[in-house]
Amino acid sequence: MSTLPRAAELGLIGCHVCGQVCRFAGGDGDGLACPRCGSALHRRKPASYARTWALLIAAFLMYIPANVLPIMRTASLGDVDDNTILSGVVELWVKGSPSLAVIVFCASIVVPMLKFLALGTLLVSCRRGSGWARRQRAQLYRLVELIGYWSMLDVFVVALLTALVRFGLFSLVEPLPGVVFFGLTVVLTMFASMCFDPRLIWDGQDDSDD
Amino acid sequence: MDAIPEGCADISPSTLLICEQCDTVHRRRSLARGEVAQCARCGAVLERHHGMRIDTLLALVLAALVVFVQATLWPIVTLGLNGQQVAATLWDVIRMMWLDHSQVVAVIAAGTLYVFPLAKILSLGWLLLYARSGRRAPGFRRLMVAMHHLGPWTMSEVFVLGALVSIVKAHLYFDVIPNPGIYFYAALMFLITLFAGVDLARLWDETREDEA
Repeated sequence: MSTLPRAAELGLIGCHVCGQVCRFAGGDGDGLACPRCGSALHRRKPASYARTWALLIAAFLMYIPANVLPIMRTASLGDVDDNTILSGVVELWVKGSPSLAVIVFCASIVVPMLKFLALGTLLVSCRRGSGWARRQRAQLYRLVELIGYWSMLDVFVVALLTALVRFGLFSLVEPLPGVVFFGLTVVLTMFASMCFDPRLIWDGQDDSDD
Repeated sequence: MDAIPEGCADISPSTLLICEQCDTVHRRRSLARGEVAQCARCGAVLERHHGMRIDTLLALVLAALVVFVQATLWPIVTLGLNGQQVAATLWDVIRMMWLDHSQVVAVIAAGTLYVFPLAKILSLGWLLLYARSGRRAPGFRRLMVAMHHLGPWTMSEVFVLGALVSIVKAHLYFDVIPNPGIYFYAALMFLITLFAGVDLARLWDETREDEA
C-alpha cells in the first residue's frame, strides 16, 4: 500500500456523478446505486477501453470525409467556390486576419488531431499498465476534456454564414456534406473522451512514478 | 489536502474526498476563500472555495438568463450588399441549416446553443432559489445528476468565437453591421467564464431535504 491510498484499498467507492464516498465490501460495485444521487456506482467506468476505442475509430472514420469533402460553397454571380476546412483557413490567412486563421487552424485541425493522438496514446499505455509519465498523462487527459468542444467552431461559422449570406444570385453560402461529417467527428470524440476513465492511468502494478 | 494514513478505517465517509480522476482518497479539510484543493497524486482539482455566496450565484444566474434570452432573440449581425440587408438570429441559423440539408448540424446547434444552455440556466436558478434557505428544490437529485451529464454540451462561448470568425470572413465581401445579439453574446461569454470555476457539488452539502 502506497502512502496515497486509493479508494479500493480502503474499501471505499466514490460516486462518479456526485462524488459521494460510499463504504463498500468487495467486487466491482455493479448493481449498486449511490445513496445520495441514485446513479449507478462503479469502480471504473464500464467497458471503458471498448467504448472509447469504438467511438474514437468511428470519429476518425468521420474525420476523413470531413477534411476531404468541402464544408461550404460560396456562390456569387455564377462563380462557385467550394471550401474545405484547410482551404478556409488558408483563405482567412491570406485575405483576412492571420491571427484568426491560427485560432481556426487550432480548433479545426490541431485539436481533433491532438484528441486522436492523446486518447490513442492513453488507451494503449493504460492497457499495458505502463507507469510512464503518469502525472503528465493525467494532465493530457484533462487538457483533452477542457479544449475538446472548441472544435465545433468551424461548424458554427458555416452555419452563421449560411444564415447571413442570402443575396439571391449576387451571393449565397451553402453548407456542404463535409460540415456534417466534421460536426459528427467532434461529437464522437467528445463521447470518446467521456468514456475513457482516467483512473485507468493509475491502475498499473508499478507505482514507481509517484 | 492530507492523504489519509494507513489503518484509518474508522473515519466516516463524509470527511473524505475521492479524486474523481485517479481514485486517491483524501481527508477533507475546510478551505479558505479562494483556496483550491488539488489531488496529491494526479493534480486534479478536488474542491474549490470561490467565495461566492448562494445569493451572488443566484444573481449571476438571473443575469445569465436575461442575457441569454436577449442574445437568442435579437439578430446577431446584419450583412449589407448593394443596398440589400440580411440579418440573422440564432433561430434563423438553426432553421437555415435544417432547410439546407444539414439537419445533423441543425440538431447539434439547437442542442448546444439553445436547449442545453437554457436547461442549465433554468435548473441552476431553480436549485439556487431553494438553496438560499438551505433547502433542496423539488427534483433536486434528478436535476443535479442531469447537470452533471450536461457537462461540456453547452457551447455558447464557442459560438461567440464562431461569430467573430464569420464577421471577419463576411467583411471581405459585405458591409457588416453588428446587432444587439452579438453584444449580448459577448456579455453571456463573460458570465459563463465567471461560472466556469463554480463547484456545484457543494450544493449537496449545503442543502438539506425538507422534513415532510
